[in-house]
Amino acid sequence: MAWLAKSLNSSLGKKLLMAITGLFLISFLLVHCSLNALIFLNDGGAAFNEGAEFMGKNPVIRTMEIVLFAGLLLHIFDGLRLWFENKSKRPVAYAKVDGAANSKWYSRSMGLLGTLLLLFLILHLKHFWYFSRLTEGLEDHTLYAEMQSVFTNPVVVIVYVFGCISLGYHLLHGFQSAFQSIGWNHPKYTPTIKTIGAIFSIVIPAVFAAMPVAFYFHLIQ
Amino acid sequence: MEGHLNLTLKIWRQKNASVAGKFETYQVSGISTDMSFLEMIDVLNNRLIEEGDDPVAFDHDCREGICGMCSMYINGRPHGPNRGVTTCQLHMRSFQDGETITVEPWRASAFPVIKDLVVNRSAFDRIIAAGGFVSVNTGNAQDANSLPIPKDNADEAFAAAACIGCGACVAACKNASAMLFTSAKVSQLALLPQGQVEAATRAQAMVAQMDEEGFGACSNTGACEAECPKGISIENIARMNREYFSATFSSK
Repeated sequence: MAWLAKSLNSSLGKKLLMAITGLFLISFLLVHCSLNALIFLNDGGAAFNEGAEFMGKNPVIRTMEIVLFAGLLLHIFDGLRLWFENKSKRPVAYAKVDGAANSKWYSRSMGLLGTLLLLFLILHLKHFWYFSRLTEGLEDHTLYAEMQSVFTNPVVVIVYVFGCISLGYHLLHGFQSAFQSIGWNHPKYTPTIKTIGAIFSIVIPAVFAAMPVAFYFHLIQ
Repeated sequence: MEGHLNLTLKIWRQKNASVAGKFETYQVSGISTDMSFLEMIDVLNNRLIEEGDDPVAFDHDCREGICGMCSMYINGRPHGPNRGVTTCQLHMRSFQDGETITVEPWRASAFPVIKDLVVNRSAFDRIIAAGGFVSVNTGNAQDANSLPIPKDNADEAFAAAACIGCGACVAACKNASAMLFTSAKVSQLALLPQGQVEAATRAQAMVAQMDEEGFGACSNTGACEAECPKGISIENIARMNREYFSATFSSK
């Protein structure tokens, strides 16, 4: 297996790892967002709580949760490693750089956006993953009720909205970039991939951002 | 229509690779808008020589946009403000009277500065030497069409072969990555039947050499493609990725 380790440790291999873990995390976002969107049924969280309970008890989902954390950690580790290594390749910085002339700012800022997301994620996991997995599930205090109470704090709501904006820009570059890193650049498919990527990057973070906002303004009970 | 410009130049001066460089500011006046950027530097250098100063060292050769020597990072972009041209094909009409122009060398640890604006791009040669060739006996020229090659493939191979190895891709990339260069050199052979024989070992050897030279990884920003004077497409980078990963799994 030395051949595989060698390949994955090359500059191309590190990007392949970023792409595969990134696409895996994208698939998780879709599941997470769809399930959480059940709160918009405005049924007092009945459907959402049922979904949350299923996700918390089902052994397949719980196993995938471990895989998810592994994928997330790999994405973070590999991303930070690339960021530091890439930075070292230009020891003397340019005095003047006109980056906007040739590329999008968010494509040049994936390390920064990813770091913001990591900070947000630590807060987010503390809020909800810690509550639902590491504390005893209280009969009268559901995950839905916890969302309601967390999102009464306006600072938390603002941080969540900014977290979603960071996610949107991270995805706007990352979604289509992942396919390029895998080697999937083709005149037939690439335009479609870019369109789907752009829609995904706007819709998913927008739906996520709507959740704390809706709770804060009591748009859902 | 010819005009004349008065300009302030901020030019990077560095004695050699082992000492730190710094910017020097020069005023030039009466610069014709019909001059190329290199001719403008020639005017400055003439004056510096007459005054007994050290002229600004810069690389140049053909001065017709095909050799890829004139590596200058002008106002934050490789080869200056225009797309699809090298510095020698950049004309002073692209600048305004009274403008301050910042001129820097390519900045990458894999391209050490030799002097002022001259960098050592031998790393590119070593990437080519690692696998950018076909070791088949080509013999005499064959009859036309004796090797059937689809027109689209020939066109794509020629488009990749248009790379002049100027290093603008590395200079433009925030990671100082040489992916566009290396992928063009992989692609020009991978697309043709003569290149198939060594396809797997070529991609592996060239990528290994590229990494060893100290170029960065690819962030897919597309800056290289936008700044390439020959319009090399980043589709080549995706092709190199495919070549490399299929070689990873299929090579013995």
